[in-house]
Amino acid sequence: MSVRVVLHSPSGSRSFLERGLLLLVMLIFLEGTVLTLGAASSPDISAQDNTGGHDHRGIAGSHDHTNYTYTKKAFPVLSLDYHHIQVPFEISLWVLLASLMKLGFHLIPRLSSIVPESCLLIVVGLLVGGLIKLAGEEVPPVLDSNLFFLCLLPPIILDAGYFLPIRPFMENIGTILMFAVVGTLWNAFFVGGLLYAVCQIEGTYLSQVELLPCLLFGSIISAVDPVAVLAVFEEIHINELLHILVFGESLLNDAVTVVLYHLFEEYSGAGEVTPMDVVLGVICFLIVSLGGIAVGAIYGILAAFTSRFTSHTRVIEPLFMFVYSYMAYLSAEMFHLSGIMALIACGAVMRPYVEANISHKSHTTVKYFLKMWSSVSETLIFIFLGVATVAGPHAWNWTFVSVTVILCLVSRVIGVVGLTFIINKFRIVKLTTKDQFIVAYGGLRGAIAFSLGYLLDKDLFPMRTMFLTAIITEIFFTVFVQGMTIKPLVDLLAVKKKQEAKRSINEEIHTQFLDHLLTGIEDICGHYGHHHWKDKLNRFNKKYIKKCLIAGERYKEPQLIAFYHKMEFKQAIELVESGGGVKLPSAVPSQVSMQNIQPKKLPPPVAERALPQFTKGREEEIRKILRSNLQKTRQRLRSYNRHTLVADPFEDGWNDFLLKKQRLIELEKKMSNYLTVPGAIPDSPTMCRARLASDPNAFYNIKASSDGVPTIQVDLASPQSPDSVNMLNEEGREGADRDEDQGLMMKPAGKGEKGEEEGGNKNPGLMRCLSDPGPSNEDEEDEPFLP
Amino acid sequence: MGASQSVRTEHEFQDVADRTGFSLEQIGNLNKRFRQLSKNEETLSRQDLASISALDNNPLRAQIINAFFDKRNLRENEAGTVQVIGFEEFLMVMSHFRPAAMHITEEEREKLRREKLRFVFNMHDTDSDGTITLEEYRRAVEELLSKAGTIGQETAKAIADAAMLEVASTTRGKMEPDEFYEGITFENFLQILKTFDIETRMHIRFLNMDTATMRCGK
Repeated sequence: MSVRVVLHSPSGSRSFLERGLLLLVMLIFLEGTVLTLGAASSPDISAQDNTGGHDHRGIAGSHDHTNYTYTKKAFPVLSLDYHHIQVPFEISLWVLLASLMKLGFHLIPRLSSIVPESCLLIVVGLLVGGLIKLAGEEVPPVLDSNLFFLCLLPPIILDAGYFLPIRPFMENIGTILMFAVVGTLWNAFFVGGLLYAVCQIEGTYLSQVELLPCLLFGSIISAVDPVAVLAVFEEIHINELLHILVFGESLLNDAVTVVLYHLFEEYSGAGEVTPMDVVLGVICFLIVSLGGIAVGAIYGILAAFTSRFTSHTRVIEPLFMFVYSYMAYLSAEMFHLSGIMALIACGAVMRPYVEANISHKSHTTVKYFLKMWSSVSETLIFIFLGVATVAGPHAWNWTFVSVTVILCLVSRVIGVVGLTFIINKFRIVKLTTKDQFIVAYGGLRGAIAFSLGYLLDKDLFPMRTMFLTAIITEIFFTVFVQGMTIKPLVDLLAVKKKQEAKRSINEEIHTQFLDHLLTGIEDICGHYGHHHWKDKLNRFNKKYIKKCLIAGERYKEPQLIAFYHKMEFKQAIELVESGGGVKLPSAVPSQVSMQNIQPKKLPPPVAERALPQFTKGREEEIRKILRSNLQKTRQRLRSYNRHTLVADPFEDGWNDFLLKKQRLIELEKKMSNYLTVPGAIPDSPTMCRARLASDPNAFYNIKASSDGVPTIQVDLASPQSPDSVNMLNEEGREGADRDEDQGLMMKPAGKGEKGEEEGGNKNPGLMRCLSDPGPSNEDEEDEPFLP
Repeated sequence: MGASQSVRTEHEFQDVADRTGFSLEQIGNLNKRFRQLSKNEETLSRQDLASISALDNNPLRAQIINAFFDKRNLRENEAGTVQVIGFEEFLMVMSHFRPAAMHITEEEREKLRREKLRFVFNMHDTDSDGTITLEEYRRAVEELLSKAGTIGQETAKAIADAAMLEVASTTRGKMEPDEFYEGITFENFLQILKTFDIETRMHIRFLNMDTATMRCGK
């Protein structure tokens, strides 16, 4: 989740200088921040403002404050009014500080590999808090629970929920739920109960701590924190199964925490809990969790439905998604349902439909905004934790704190081992001891625990400060000790790491294949198992839901095809970015071409072996991209309008193009007879264009057509038949028997491309490409577009 | 004829159990299902399997049914198909879908992988010549996408071509323009699916079958 910033430093000494300068700037900035923030919280700022304002006046005559007659004063040329912008300024300052810190850590590479970012950020928070205190000012209570729960937490959870890998999550949902619900309950009662027992021991001076507050404390401290888990696990690149287990647990235990917290808080006043309350608690749990999920799902469906109609207002598409998700969170919080589960449900439900509807750019926007917000949020949370630690107030009690830390560890280990023993009876892929160790060790506590503790009422809970101290100590322990040592332990134990390999098309084919195969076998066995229900759900989804929520005809597109197109798209983009076809990206199997796997028929008359070969689909994409790139540059030069994005012909035409490709095939077949230009052209025009496309200087001189190239007059009004095309055919080659099997040769003439595009007359996107008049004629034409 | 042999002895089941690796309970369940499908006869034919209505929505229906009658899956090292299968053969085919035991050695795991991948390979290799040619692969992908309507057909070809290219380049590396890649052999198949954890994915939970409450194929 952390966005890594990479600095390219040209040479060693210069980079050192740069780094030194940047660090110096940051230190100065830090100093300034501290003073400002510290000063801002002090009460005499307002007086300072007034005097500041008055000082800059030129002429005296300021003594008539109480006199209401208007006396002419000199016009204040420059005045300082900090109060006016105080709050947004401070917020921005904190955010800037957090981001600069994050930037700074990556300048020191060795540090970031030893110490996880979260630890460093807490240390920074401690420093800032310490500096503020040293400056004599009161440390602002930054980790306010409202701020935390309403502003800082949602982006992180939404990011996690939106990008949650659904397949592994659902496959392991049973295990995850066991850990989340039963595990958290066990932790809460074990820690709470034993703490109470310890408190009752003579000599600890803690006997005033009742059972219920202890249980409340247990429930606060026992929940695994998603923020901390994400922050640490992100860096250790552990295998998918363990990651999803720990992370899923941290997300789903929110419901349990909420119920326990409210239950014990309510009844701490009353002093006792009856069995009726317990039953109510269980019912409450069900309502909280299922209600949260339901709220999230409803908002998710609303968002998906809205996105169906946004094809004309692409600019605000991302906004819908963010606002609907945030509303889901707030609505759930309104009813004291589990906001986290609502967010997760909203993100997960929304995603497949929204991604089918929104444009590629919006998708990128959503992705980057989510990552950005969650990154900043995470940074801020850890810094604030540090500051809040310095702020106090603290009530240190050796017994309580140390017993808490030990008990948390012990209960976690026992819980995980015990639950795994039960779970392994039902799992196909059993959890090994190594897995159990990582799951237990990865149970980090974080800021949610702190905020929950902070929310406690001072009057009802006189030992609140002691609780807070213990919570902070536990958080520090888990984040620092466990966070720092988990990486070497993972390496030491040789736990399986995340597979970095790219998903190949063969694997995707076989995933789908296996799904259907297993469903079929299950049907033959008569066993209504996972695959059977999954298949049923998929079919229901396809038949009814997708029709409502996905715009156009894309709902019919099966997953394999979507994957294939995505892959082709990526490869085409890589191709263009790598500067033309001469150097192909590694993903493209350039050494083997279609000819190698095609059964040999007649040897093709054209010696086109010298050229790298592409599949037809890829060819199309490359051409489209090149065309649209050229077009985009021209449009970029023209106007900037805040309200509309440049209509992206590539984007919008793409979807329709795919669906209507069927109709093009016939036309293409006929056209190919006219369009194949023989003769090996060592440097095909398309290659040349591709190279031009990557050369920024060439953009401004490109002309869409020149005299040397055969042009095609497209008669839009005429019926769509190949006969309506007028072509200047340089070398007619009627005999070129281009049957489909050899179809993957790059047709090296501009005509070939235009002819095919021509066949796509019905395609509005392509028409935009063709109808673009090109740069205005006043432009100097240095060189023709095609040689 | 069928009635007299309808009660198998424990001894015979044990024999089958040893050979296929199922537990006695699982064999009992599967036997019940076999009886149900074959309408209490000794052998199962293609029509019996084809009559399962739940399979109608499955794009791989034909291939799955063929797989049961494919001699290669019945551990006989010959090509061709049979017309009817008995209970033992039914179990043989089903044994490909057993999950992996918890503690198995690397060797056993590799063996299990090969077995399962061999099953899938056989499903693709319809003419039993030991290689999956481009045509066969194309047909496989087309079948997979057969429920997708008209969009699927053209793209299926492109997908199969791309996949074939991938296999060729991964296994053969650089090829001269004149060379021809005949098809995916079993070794190549293993290689490209190296990272695909088939031993954990390709399994059915045989224990939870309760044939008594199931409707008979309707």
